[in-house]
Amino acid sequence: MTEVQLVKDPSEPPSPAAVPDTGPAPAERPSSAVNALREAARRNIRQYGMLVALGLILVLFQIWTHGILLKPLNVTNLIQQNSYILMLAIGMAIVIIAGHIDLSVGSLAAFIGAAAAVMMVQHHMPWPAAVALCLLMGAAAGAWQGFWIAYIGVPSFIVTLGGMLVFRGVTQILLHGQSIAPFPPGFQKISSGFLPEVGPNTNYHNLTLLLGLAVIASTLLAQFRERRVQQRYEFEVLPLGWFLLKCAGVVAAVVVFTLLLASYHGVPVVLLLLGGLLLIFGFVMRTTVAGRHVYAIGGNLAAARLSGVKHKRVTFGVFVNMGVLSALAGLVYAARLNAGTPNAGINFELEAIAAAFIGGASASGGVGTVFGAIIGGLVLGVLNNGMSLVGIGTDYQQVIKGLVLLAAVGFDVYNKKRVGS
Amino acid sequence: MTDLILQMRSISKSFPGVQALADVTLDVRRGQVHAVCGENGAGKSTLMKVLSGVYPHGSYSGDILLDGEPVEFKDINASEEHGIVIIHQELALVPFLSIAENIFLGNEHARAGVINWKETLRHAAELLRRVGLREDPRTRVADLGVGKQQLVEIAKALSKKVQLLILDEPTAALNDADSRKLLDLIGELRSHGITCIVISHKLAEVTRIADAITILRDGRTIETLRVGGADDVSERRIIRGMVGRDLDHRFPARTPRLGEVALAIENWTVHHPVDAHRKVVDNVSLQVRRGEIVGLAGLMGAGRTELAMSLFGRTYGRNVSGRVFKDGVEIHTRTVAEAVRHGIAYVTEDRKQYGLHLLDDISRNVTLAALGKVSKGPVISTPRQVLAAESFRLSMNIKAPSVHELAGRLSGGNQQKIVLSKWIFTDPEILILDEPTRGIDVGAKYEIYTIINSLAAEGKAVLVISSELPELLGLCDRIYALSAGRLTGEVSREDASQEKLMRYMTMVEG
Repeated sequence: MTEVQLVKDPSEPPSPAAVPDTGPAPAERPSSAVNALREAARRNIRQYGMLVALGLILVLFQIWTHGILLKPLNVTNLIQQNSYILMLAIGMAIVIIAGHIDLSVGSLAAFIGAAAAVMMVQHHMPWPAAVALCLLMGAAAGAWQGFWIAYIGVPSFIVTLGGMLVFRGVTQILLHGQSIAPFPPGFQKISSGFLPEVGPNTNYHNLTLLLGLAVIASTLLAQFRERRVQQRYEFEVLPLGWFLLKCAGVVAAVVVFTLLLASYHGVPVVLLLLGGLLLIFGFVMRTTVAGRHVYAIGGNLAAARLSGVKHKRVTFGVFVNMGVLSALAGLVYAARLNAGTPNAGINFELEAIAAAFIGGASASGGVGTVFGAIIGGLVLGVLNNGMSLVGIGTDYQQVIKGLVLLAAVGFDVYNKKRVGS
Repeated sequence: MTDLILQMRSISKSFPGVQALADVTLDVRRGQVHAVCGENGAGKSTLMKVLSGVYPHGSYSGDILLDGEPVEFKDINASEEHGIVIIHQELALVPFLSIAENIFLGNEHARAGVINWKETLRHAAELLRRVGLREDPRTRVADLGVGKQQLVEIAKALSKKVQLLILDEPTAALNDADSRKLLDLIGELRSHGITCIVISHKLAEVTRIADAITILRDGRTIETLRVGGADDVSERRIIRGMVGRDLDHRFPARTPRLGEVALAIENWTVHHPVDAHRKVVDNVSLQVRRGEIVGLAGLMGAGRTELAMSLFGRTYGRNVSGRVFKDGVEIHTRTVAEAVRHGIAYVTEDRKQYGLHLLDDISRNVTLAALGKVSKGPVISTPRQVLAAESFRLSMNIKAPSVHELAGRLSGGNQQKIVLSKWIFTDPEILILDEPTRGIDVGAKYEIYTIINSLAAEGKAVLVISSELPELLGLCDRIYALSAGRLTGEVSREDASQEKLMRYMTMVEG
């Protein structure tokens, strides 16, 4: 990072007769290829940094647990254990990018889980209808909080702190302090189901293999297409060698992951759900007007307002979205436990917030990515799982996770100061 | 013993790209009221920050002598120990603490960390008597008017055994009665041997209280006038010193081609957002033609930005009244989106605070106000966005390796070009530019002027708000002057002079 060219206006000494040099400033470029690479690395240092950290943690615990960490069974477990936190992390990243915080997501998830239990177990409602109704309730809860935050102007910390208490209380009222179980089998599948077996016996889960191939093909296609578009517009691109290496790396990761899953029960349903969410929200935040407006209000509310961004509506929408995702997480968690319980979702908000920050979101808003939050969530998830496998007690686990959060964000702040932005 | 309490010798201070102070000299005699005058940006506040240690020793060059002894302040506490206290334009009181608590903040009457309330209240009451403020010292500062808050600040200064009191625009936010009271108090402090340095735009006040007047311009000392000697200290004389004779900047040549009236405002009145009785903009009517560059002159607090922002989607003020016409047809600009739809663009004054997302890249900043132009439905096309930004990077000569550079990493001039690009990208017909060259160097200023000229040449109507009179004179076809929210004058390019404008800008209607 020391060689990054800090752009300083190479301005002439201020003399009244100074005439500006016209035409594009020929910035010095030793070699555009190296430059492109460096540029890419610099712009994504946070995400690449976290990916590397995730890789290191994986390797460390893989060795430490004598290979148990990446056993097919454990990988599947990892996904199922962390799916609901990752869903919350997606929504939380967006909330934080918008310059807010949501402390109520754990309680809301518990409330929705309880409501689902009441509907399905006590009132025998068909599970798809109950799920739809629960998601609507999540949206309504988000709208309630979003209304106070966006239109009345109460700080989100206060509104959602209130929500945290309210939803937890309502959960307990609804359940009379007891768990309600069991859910219908169809509903349980959301969390613990796998894609069906098809075709001949190959010792691997066939559909998973096909899905893996599809992911590889579509990723490669997208990568090459993006590169072609960039070349057509004469943007700088990675040198071909590096580009191929990057593609090979992605393909290798997908292949390994696919084989791991395929040698057990295959792709969990919840992974499909999560992948879908990641695709959709990644796209929304990266390339839609709505996403851009979220970054704008979080980065500089005054500038966004003066640029015609309807900041109240955007803020409201962000919280409605968080409500829906909280409801989804609550459903997945309830399905996994196979019960609606009053103590569900405790500390979920903290895990989701930590995931977003570890993944590069800025506490002051305007910065962060959905993908980063997923990486951050995985770092926490792998730490949890790995430390449990090697027998580190939950007491020490908390200490270590806290320090990891501090280190990740501290590194970020230090790094920003060093490059002077 | 010298009768000079303070000597500042050859003080120079520069910020990246800007020489804020160049070889400034200031001699203040003991027991006098010494006024420092100059246009916005002349370096007055910077000089006072040097004196009070806000800019520590080592960050500037030159010497400060207090009672003939050289001093080196490393922070505000160090200067306060020597009896130098500065009262800033924006008052530094904690609104929800009491008067007494504010007076002794950081300097509490306490033993082992436990506050002695009896002594605190007694001492506070005594100080309040000295500044002529009849209030219970237990009153919350938030419950006081601005004039009384100003007195609390002075009481706080007195509690620190002040010998040299610096007041930065002390009457800027005060009404006439409060101003008079404050000026009387300054005179009384002088009779108790306290030396005051007063920074003020209000020349009538300056000539009333000052014993000596130092005039700064473009970061240099122009002259010091002493009252009671041979010096002429009339307002006219001070203005001549403040504005100088020559234009310090060069401006690109331009032949205006004026079209029809594009923007007309009639009887525009805006009230203060909190203090609903105060009119910040008072019954202003003005118009701008196509192809014309019109200036809006005024000192701080004259209501220029407030006028622009209230016009641009009511982003400032309350009880906004008046009519807006575009091409002769009445329009409404109640929201930013509505204003933009009518082809109005407002390029904000403080680019860091109101103009840019500093942690986002150039391309995303440039396209923010007109995302519709680079997207299909709700989906933004990254290539189109990058191409749009790239074309501005080239045409505006934004010095950055690529449009993916973060806005926060660029120099002020280049940031200003990004904000301009953002608004030009909305295809406006009427542009309001608020302080378009503040804090950027001469070369970049020239480039910005060139851009403004080419906008006018394209037939756009341009309204420029600027605190730099030479800039308005060099750039504009016509200039309106605002003072205390009212339009006090309108001059054409031919008739305009800095003296004339300054007279309008300092005009206070009785």
